Amino acid sequence: MRTINVEQITAEVAQMCKEAAYYLPKDVYEALKKGRETEESPVGQVVLDQIIKNSEIARAEDRPICQDTGMTIIFLEVGQDLHLEGGDLTEAINAGVAKGYTEGYLRKSVVAEPLFNRVNTQNNTPAIIYTKIVPGDQLRIELTCKGFGSENKGGIKMLVPADGVEGVKKAVLDIIQHASCNPCPPMVVGVGIGGTMDQAAYLSKRALMRNITVRNEHPDYANLENELLEMINKTGIGPQLGGTTSALAVNIEWGPTHIAGLPVAVTICCHACRHAVRVL
Amino acid sequence: MAETIRLTTPLTEEKSRTLRAGDSVLITGTIYSARDAAHKVMTEALARGEKLPIDWHNQIVYYLGPTPAKPGDPIGSCGPTTAGRMDAYTPTMLDQGIKGMIGKGSRAPEVIESMKKNGVTYFAAVGGAAALIAKSVKKYTVIAYPELGPEALAALEVVDFPAIVVIDSEGNNFYEMGQAPYRRL
Repeated sequence: MRTINVEQITAEVAQMCKEAAYYLPKDVYEALKKGRETEESPVGQVVLDQIIKNSEIARAEDRPICQDTGMTIIFLEVGQDLHLEGGDLTEAINAGVAKGYTEGYLRKSVVAEPLFNRVNTQNNTPAIIYTKIVPGDQLRIELTCKGFGSENKGGIKMLVPADGVEGVKKAVLDIIQHASCNPCPPMVVGVGIGGTMDQAAYLSKRALMRNITVRNEHPDYANLENELLEMINKTGIGPQLGGTTSALAVNIEWGPTHIAGLPVAVTICCHACRHAVRVL
Repeated sequence: MAETIRLTTPLTEEKSRTLRAGDSVLITGTIYSARDAAHKVMTEALARGEKLPIDWHNQIVYYLGPTPAKPGDPIGSCGPTTAGRMDAYTPTMLDQGIKGMIGKGSRAPEVIESMKKNGVTYFAAVGGAAALIAKSVKKYTVIAYPELGPEALAALEVVDFPAIVVIDSEGNNFYEMGQAPYRRL
């Protein structure tokens, strides 16, 4: 049986927090450049120029792309033949987040309790951790730092089967139009369809981890991704101050659901769609 | 786009009332950062009849919570946060004499009414352009509420801080004006 010491996980997570905060993924950077070429609004062009320049400065100087370095979300895939030693896995991950956010001069944006006191934990912990047990003996860690300007604009709609494809399109478009200029567009739109209410929300988050140039494997969902993107780019929202580049991509993830249901969840990500991946 | 307007702080009501939605500006001088927690503390202090840590008359508030500065830098990344979260506090704050607000995103109708009454301009900085915007900040000094960390009330010395007038003191809204020509649904 393969063994990994959790100290290694702490070190990797710390590094990943910094990487995600400083280095905009290539696919997103290229999509911004492409958006700049096609953007029709002169003000939108100026905004995109600033966003592109900003990501170049951040990468060259190891600086956070955005001051909102987000809440840390981690998707773990743990091989069932893997043995983890040296301590508690959750604690090890949070130790990595604390180390990364402190060493990397990232903003600590997490409060311990949401309603009455809202005291900052001072190290951006705890992270939100989703764990999946998979075959094999590897550990896959995917990390995103999720800003809340965009997170606050997500939504969920519990449709019924009769609502069908048109209902899904309307639900997504309603959420996007309600979000409008606020979630720092051009957005990356994660859509979760199916499952239960919570599962749909999870799928919409998970969708944001996929490379934005890669379409859903299922041709019907791939078409829906393209159609939704086209619709969103006709809203006029544009890069914050109006224009034709409202979103860079729509990524859909779907799952089995109940005979009575058609849950649709949307997680909006800003143009700083940040993530890092490791396979140990 | 029209020519860029250079503004220096403090911003008078007279100057603010000349600015129009869609104008590009470069701001130089002192601006003050405050966001959710500082707004809550300030409006609570006002409700108790207390004085605020700074005189907001003719000042510009920047809705910001920066990342920590790296050694040798005046400030970390420092882009705008969503202004709408401050809407509940804004009319009270504008009555304190604020003449400019910098943030991102739409504002509530009550805020726009208060802007018209007080001659206030709302500027947008590009959301997520935080490393770029940091280049225009020369100094960052915490003035009050240091316990709020990145949410502390602070003074920023800025040179040529880039922004766009999104809602002017007559209530013209560039978010709406900017979207309309490209809306093709």
